[in-house]
Amino acid sequence: MPPSDTSALINFDQVVKRFGDLTVLDHLDFSVAPGERVTLIGPSGSGKTTILRLLMTLEKVTEGRIEVDGEPFSHMSRGGRMVPANEAYLRPRRKRIGMVFQQFNLFPNMTVRKNLTEAPVHVLGLPKAEANERAEELLELVGLSDKIDAHPTQLSGGQQQRVAIARALAMRPEILLLDEVTSALDPELVAGVLDVLRTVAETTDITMLCVTHEMGFARDVSHRVLMFDKGRIAEEGTPDEIFGDPREERTKEFLRSVLDNGH
Amino acid sequence: MDFLIERLPLYLEGAWVTVQLTAGGLALAFVLAMFFGVLGTRPGWLPRAVATTYVEVFRGIAALVLMFWMAYALPILTGYQLDGRFAAILAVGLNVGAYGAEVVRGAINAVPRAQTEATIALDMTWFQRMRLVILPQAWAQMLPTFGNLSIELMKATAVSFLIGVADISAIAERMRQATGETVLAFSGALILYFLIAQVLIFGVRLLERRANRRLGRVPPGGKGILGLLRPPALTASGGAK
Repeated sequence: MPPSDTSALINFDQVVKRFGDLTVLDHLDFSVAPGERVTLIGPSGSGKTTILRLLMTLEKVTEGRIEVDGEPFSHMSRGGRMVPANEAYLRPRRKRIGMVFQQFNLFPNMTVRKNLTEAPVHVLGLPKAEANERAEELLELVGLSDKIDAHPTQLSGGQQQRVAIARALAMRPEILLLDEVTSALDPELVAGVLDVLRTVAETTDITMLCVTHEMGFARDVSHRVLMFDKGRIAEEGTPDEIFGDPREERTKEFLRSVLDNGH
Repeated sequence: MDFLIERLPLYLEGAWVTVQLTAGGLALAFVLAMFFGVLGTRPGWLPRAVATTYVEVFRGIAALVLMFWMAYALPILTGYQLDGRFAAILAVGLNVGAYGAEVVRGAINAVPRAQTEATIALDMTWFQRMRLVILPQAWAQMLPTFGNLSIELMKATAVSFLIGVADISAIAERMRQATGETVLAFSGALILYFLIAQVLIFGVRLLERRANRRLGRVPPGGKGILGLLRPPALTASGGAK
């Protein structure tokens, strides 16, 4: 095994992901430091979302390893051999990671309050009163205090996504994965969601991995931008480097196409 | 009409037996449907094989033959004579439970995969996911078919008079033999079955309306008590967009 970066919170080590014949991630190496906010950009199908889904254990790696906090994550040691991690191994470790989805995925059978408290109560074992208090604080943060007893279906897309952000934060994750969280929203609702995320970025030290087409937002909040193409990192750098002075032709082309589409 | 009114107490005794058979059968069918339906959605071949075996065996067996078997064959094999009502409940419960298990499995599988992904992101266990998220959403989808199945079950209890249970059908047959009033005797039975079916439908619609409200949907058929009397309109399933 190659030595892993011990200061990294997340480490991808030669990760390959294939769906049938299609190689989505091609021997990917990268790591994220604690508290770092990294934005993943690139054309669709370049594997950005797959990275988040692998970290959330919604997919399994085909080859290679993922480590979190210096510990194996995609795999575990059993009898001296590394085997794919099982549910029992993942459960305590997955708690540290939260995810916000493109389509919000709120639970329609629960009110906003229940959406925010059921997992903290049942998964983290928080007392109901404490979970409620936390839910109220988080709804205030996302500006939806008056919607605590509403059903998800009564909310606009932007409001649903703000609730979904609050739901992920209610688990107090160290790592927050944001998967194109504004792509399904009407244009006039995007700003409200991004404002909430800016606040989260400014007021917490949560490590964030963000797949987005909102370049202004990426520029504002991220420490580092990774440009993906065909399952590999085509270019990486600070937001100023990537957006101000991209070196790779692919990056320039991608940024041009995104700007042309009015994003 | 006087004929029926005079014999109403007898009919009501029969109706009470039919209600008992239906309630017992429904309780058994519900437990079996939930258990084997959920089992059928578990990963791995073994749970699924067990669920499929139950469904295929008891869906393929006529409730009447199963009833006969338990009333007449089982005592020969085991020396133990089941109570007729118990045999009838077992037969219809096992049979309808098999259909119900397929309904449960289908409804669980129809809950969008994204809901499961959200529960994984919140680190829920399989049990928490089922109890808190998947089953409450699948429930609304199961209910209309459960309503139909419960009426099927109630009607299937009518053959239990063939193993000597004194249900509505048995009373009607007895009455026909005693009085020769064939038309009236069976008309009385028809009306009673119809009335019990209406109560079942009404109950299921109440449950449906509550389930839909919990999902933040407008109750199908409209609001108010009259909404329950109308068949539910086919509405596009709402939920999170």
